[in-house]
Amino acid sequence: MTSTPRAVTIVGASLAGLNAAEALRRDGFEGPITLIGAEEHPPYDRPPLSKQVLAGDWEPDRAALTDTEELQEDEIEARFGLRATGLDLNARELTLHTGETVGFDGLVIATGARCRTMGGTEGLSGVHVLRSLDDCLALRADLEAAPQRVVVVGAGFIGAEVAATARGRGLEVTVVEALPTPLSRVLGDEMGQVCADVHRDHGVDLRTGVGVDRIEGDRRVERVVLSDGAVVDADVVVVGIGVIPNTEWLDGSGVEVDDGVICDASCLVADRVTAAGDVARWPNQLFGETMRVEHWDNAAAQGAHAARRLLDAGVGPFTPVPWFWSDQYDRKIQLAGRVRPDDEVRVVNGSVDERRFAAIYGRAGKITGVLGFNRPRHVMRYRALIEHGASFDEALAAEF
Amino acid sequence: MRIVVDFDLCESNAVCMQIAPDIFEVRDDDFLYILNETPGEADRARVEECVQRCPKQAISIAED
Repeated sequence: MTSTPRAVTIVGASLAGLNAAEALRRDGFEGPITLIGAEEHPPYDRPPLSKQVLAGDWEPDRAALTDTEELQEDEIEARFGLRATGLDLNARELTLHTGETVGFDGLVIATGARCRTMGGTEGLSGVHVLRSLDDCLALRADLEAAPQRVVVVGAGFIGAEVAATARGRGLEVTVVEALPTPLSRVLGDEMGQVCADVHRDHGVDLRTGVGVDRIEGDRRVERVVLSDGAVVDADVVVVGIGVIPNTEWLDGSGVEVDDGVICDASCLVADRVTAAGDVARWPNQLFGETMRVEHWDNAAAQGAHAARRLLDAGVGPFTPVPWFWSDQYDRKIQLAGRVRPDDEVRVVNGSVDERRFAAIYGRAGKITGVLGFNRPRHVMRYRALIEHGASFDEALAAEF
Repeated sequence: MRIVVDFDLCESNAVCMQIAPDIFEVRDDDFLYILNETPGEADRARVEECVQRCPKQAISIAED
């Protein structure tokens, strides 16, 4: 039986965790709320880290999501710089990296994910990943030092944004992508090719279908050796090859983990325990599939949902249409839905050549997704059709 | 209730438009237009959802 907690502890103080805390207060929860974060910084927004902050257009404080005063006003006890290392569901206790144990009643797990790294680059300066504010500032300092060439490993959305920002700074950029077409496993070949063309239009040296064999240098990175034997000289390397959910601290706790914390459809993990954000894997009943979503919009919405679920067993399943945006150069790329690379793709508005268009994806007679290049209005209209389970024909016939 | 959008922050992601298409519209020029700056109390819950869900926190409500 699940009872209602009198106090709520949230582990993870990024977007999902903060939204959980704020949703509880908005809904009138008056019990104690404790927000525990591994980083020293108060919660901040990550999207600007690959764009405005990295470009030098924003100082880091503009990316702040809140500050200690606001948290105090909301009576949210903030404990930053503390990493959870263990969970005991029977004793209802967390262990922190300092060795301290913290009791809890209700718990939201929102520990997020961390970047995959490439082995063999430890101790080599100039090799970066980009996830945290500290990552961003370290990379920014290296970009400000006027490097001869930046090599980005991985042409996913983070790599693409870093490449675009570095080009915006006037730097020479090589992007290395193992797939023959960037993002083809997400968007399919045709639309992945459009993304590739955008980079080449902006002067990026894009190498596809080739991996990285090793990154070399003496203390500082000097070159990247590709799997085809090509050598690319580099002063700065940014590795953007995906993330791993932060679940190791749950080992032995009884919480089921399988590429994320396993939740039920309502985000419940165990009695008075829920999970949200990049770390949570749950069955999204709208799509009839289990998913773990690494998008901004999901973290915000799922954080709030998971918090509400703790207080009210009547809170139903979490059934969003996943959606994200990626700003690259002067393009706003948005994808909504749950597309597969072999879905049928049809351009329904605008022009691919002008890089201003909307394309919809379909499978088994239903619309599964929408991709927009500078077409936010259309993306949101089609997103609503996806939410309502519209047929592909209905979506093709729609005019927005 | 009056809707205030900080257009320096707005990135035209159109989240507000999905929640309240009768109040917010992102047009093909990529800019957001407010169709109804002073919606009635019946719309408050939806506008508040727009305020919370905006990825750039660009929307606020002024009570005047």
